[in-house]
Parts: sequence; C-alpha cells; structure tokens
Amino acid sequence: MSVKLPIYFDNHATTPVDPRVLDAMLPYFGPKFGNAASRNHSFGWAGEEAVENARAQVASLIGATPKEIIFTSGATESDNLMIKGVAEMYREKGNHIITQAIEHKAVLDTCKRLEKYGYEVTYLPVQKDGRVDPEEVRKAIKPTTILITVMYANNEIGVINPIQEIGKIAKEHGIIFAVDGVQAVGKIPVDVQKDNIDLLAISAHKIYGPKGVGALYVRRRNPRVQLSAVIDGGGHERGMRSGTLNVPGIVGLGKACEVAQQEMAEESKKMLGLRERLRKGLEARLDEVFINGSMEHRLPNNLNMSFAYVEGESLLMGINDIAVSSGSACTSATLEPSYVLKALGVGEDLAHTSIRFGLGRFNTEEEVDYVVDKMVQVVSKLRELSPLYEMAKEGIDISKVKWQTA
Amino acid sequence: MAYSDKVVEHYNNPRNVGSLPKEDPNVGTGLVGAPECGDVMKLQMKINPDTRVIEEAKFKTFGCGSAIASSSLATEWVKGKTVDEALAIKNTDIVRELALPPVKIHCSVLAEDAIKAAIGDWKKKHNIEVPASEKPSH
Repeated sequence: MSVKLPIYFDNHATTPVDPRVLDAMLPYFGPKFGNAASRNHSFGWAGEEAVENARAQVASLIGATPKEIIFTSGATESDNLMIKGVAEMYREKGNHIITQAIEHKAVLDTCKRLEKYGYEVTYLPVQKDGRVDPEEVRKAIKPTTILITVMYANNEIGVINPIQEIGKIAKEHGIIFAVDGVQAVGKIPVDVQKDNIDLLAISAHKIYGPKGVGALYVRRRNPRVQLSAVIDGGGHERGMRSGTLNVPGIVGLGKACEVAQQEMAEESKKMLGLRERLRKGLEARLDEVFINGSMEHRLPNNLNMSFAYVEGESLLMGINDIAVSSGSACTSATLEPSYVLKALGVGEDLAHTSIRFGLGRFNTEEEVDYVVDKMVQVVSKLRELSPLYEMAKEGIDISKVKWQTA
Repeated sequence: MAYSDKVVEHYNNPRNVGSLPKEDPNVGTGLVGAPECGDVMKLQMKINPDTRVIEEAKFKTFGCGSAIASSSLATEWVKGKTVDEALAIKNTDIVRELALPPVKIHCSVLAEDAIKAAIGDWKKKHNIEVPASEKPSH
C-alpha cells in the first residue's frame, strides 16, 4: 500500500482540524453569526447558547465546572493571563514566582517580563529525564511566593511532569498552581481536582480544533482564584478577558474537547502503538541513536531522538516529504540549538542531531513504516558523508578532539 | 527555509565524497569547525609536489545542506588548480555560486577555511612556510 505524501508528523506544532470539528463550526460562520453578548435577540441567544455548550464541553474534559472556563485567543494568551493576572492580583501578598527551565516561551518570556517589573522568578532546573523534581519546588518556596507554574507535558520531548505532586505541595503552602496544559489536555487524562491545578491553559489547535482560540481554567472554589485582566474592555468572561467572543472558534474548541474525551482511551493506545513501532523500527536499523527525555513519563504521541553524527537540518532536507522538526540550531531563527535539550544536559553536538516526531489522530502504520525506511536511508547516507562518523568508527573520541571554534 | 537549486543539487549528488590517506606526504588534510557549532568539514587534497597542481580532492561534512554544498563545490573548484589558484578562492565566490542567504554565509567561510587548512597541512609536510594570510580565519 502506498502512502500519501507529504506525511505530517509534527502534531506538537499544530494538528489538522477534525472534520467533525469543522462541521460543528460552519453554521457559526453562516446563519448563526450573532454576537454572544447580544442579549436582546435570537441571533445573540444562538451565539450565547453555543458558547455555553462549548464551556461545558471544555470543563467536562478536565473535571471542572463550566463557570471556571474562560475563552481566550489561544494558549499564549492563557499563559500570559494566568501568570500576569496572578502576579498583579496578589502583588501585596508577595512577588516571588517559581517556574522551570524548559517551559514554553509563552511562560518563560512572560516571567522574564515580570522580572523587569520587580518580580523575582526562580527557574528550576530539570532532571536528566526532563522532569521537574517536586522536592526542588518545595525547597524553592519562600514566604513571598505567590505562584508556581509548571507545564504538564513538554512540547519538544513530550515528557510529563509530576503535576499532582507539585500541585499538592502548592496547596499545602497556599500557593496558586498554574499549569500550561497545551500538549497534555486531550491526549492524556488531566483532572484539575485530582491534579490540584488552580489555573490551566488550553489550546484548540493542538487537539484538532481551529487556530486562534484557547481557554483558561480558573478555579472558583477552594481556593477561589482571582485574576487581574490583561485585556480591558467590555467586561466579557466575567471581566477577566474582554473582547467579543470568537463564537465559531469556541464552538470548535468545545467540539474538539468532546471528541478528545470520547476517544482518548482508544486514541492514546493507537498513538502508543504507532510511536513504539517508530521507535523500535529506528532503533533496530540504526546504531548510535539516543532518546531525549524520559521514556516512562512521556506523551504517547511523542518521540524525540538524536541521530549522532548527522546534523538535523541536513537530515530534514533529506526527508523533505516528511514534516517533523529539529532541535538543530540551523532550523531556528536564533542559531542556538534547543534550550530544552540543553537543559536536559544533552551535549550541543547531539542537540544538533535531534528530531522531534509528533504523531497524531490521522497517522497510520503505513506512514510510520515509510518514515522509518526514509530515516534509515537518509541517516545512513549522511553518515557516509560525516567526518564525525568516520572518526568515531576509527575509535577517535569526538569529545576529546581539540576543535577550532570561532 | 528554501534552498537554492544549486544547494539542493549538491546535497542530492555531492561530488568527491570520501577520504584520502592522511599519512601520504602528498595529501593535505583540513579539518575545520566543531560539532557543538553544528558544522565540521574535512577537506583533503592530493597535490603534485612538482607542478603544485591539486590532482584529487575529497570531502566529508557534518552540517546543514549549505555546508555540504559549500564543501562539495570547494572540491570541484580546487581540482586541477594549482595551490596558489586554490588559495585565491574566496568565500564570497561560494556564496555567489550557491546563492547562499546571509544566515548561511558561515558555511562558505568554513569551506574557504578548509581549503586553507588542507593546503597548510600539505605545505607543512613539505616544509613550506605558511604566511598568515593563508591561515584559516577561525
């Protein structure tokens, strides 16, 4: 059976919209165009009803109540709102925030901005497997700590943090716990009660919904979390996020959450099957490949692998009918290799050779087999071309060579 | 990032891939770059000591497509040239030929350095002085 090219294995970056999600959205681009805030006619009522339905769908997926969900333009906004909103609201209580080294830039750069405004931020290191040690969190707590923010699962290496334990520590100390849930929600069970989460950022387009819409869970009871708004205006979303609601987008997010909840058990089994097929296929046929991050605590759809002696961008060039991403400097705008892999202690030489595979709902075994064949073929060709592979085969320790660096 | 047709062509069909015996007195070896920078080039040339003509050139490169293309092109260009002619190849010539974008200029610099390093190694083997201008810039 032949596969349709190109193959999309970059589902941590974004996912295609599920046809069921699209169908649910379409009426809201057409006859049901009303403003959900219009309280005095049927157009507005239809919009409002759709939004409230979506709120319930999102809440149900994460064990929340509908009133605890507010809609945003996406997870970057949700991350900004949960961090800046707490920082401003609880400024009199303290100015210390705890986060960790391999958060998404939407969290790290938000924290960096707050540092400019007089907040103190602790960036915890991660362990070799990419996870945060809850005890490190406990040790970092000060009397002035007002917020702990740790991502549920990492977007590059797919490693899942001990969220429940960290949440418990936060609760014991009466500190608000905010979680970037973008990669985890809809993929693995996330429950704001069990996991002791006070704020949770969600994105639609990572779970087969549309781009430009997200949500923020804001705990209302035990404790009731208050946020200062980042965007002021008409007082929508209980004053926490003004702006006319993106009704079609919100409907799409709701539907995406509903589908994810219904199919999660089966889908995660399928993802794990495909991921293991990919991993085993590559490991069986290539030497000197290394997995970055914990294999035990990992999203079922993620594989992040370094192919020693083969530079990532040249590898991507050779597999141009497969969409994946690389931690190589040459593929980023900054010309720096991945800060995530660096934080794990992966040497820069290996960081340059890493590939992130992100499997998704619409991938197949045939696609995995094609990717394995193609990877083996291109890695082998590039190793023939690699002076480092030749040196390693001659028994030279690459790390001991005195390189002329600029 | 979009690659120029010439970069893609060299990447798909790299010229003169391989190694020459580095102990051979007529072979000069240049190894430049560093793995942690994401680029390492090995360029080797077999040089006739009487005519100073580069009779053979081989390369191996760890690096992006532009680095592979730059070194592949370098082997093509130096073959048949005299040592002095080869030393006259500038990185800007490589940039022009391969239509490299600004972020890839370092690949061409590395290729120029590899040429200088390989010839420098050969000169050292023949006790020929290497002037500062012929030393790799990195």
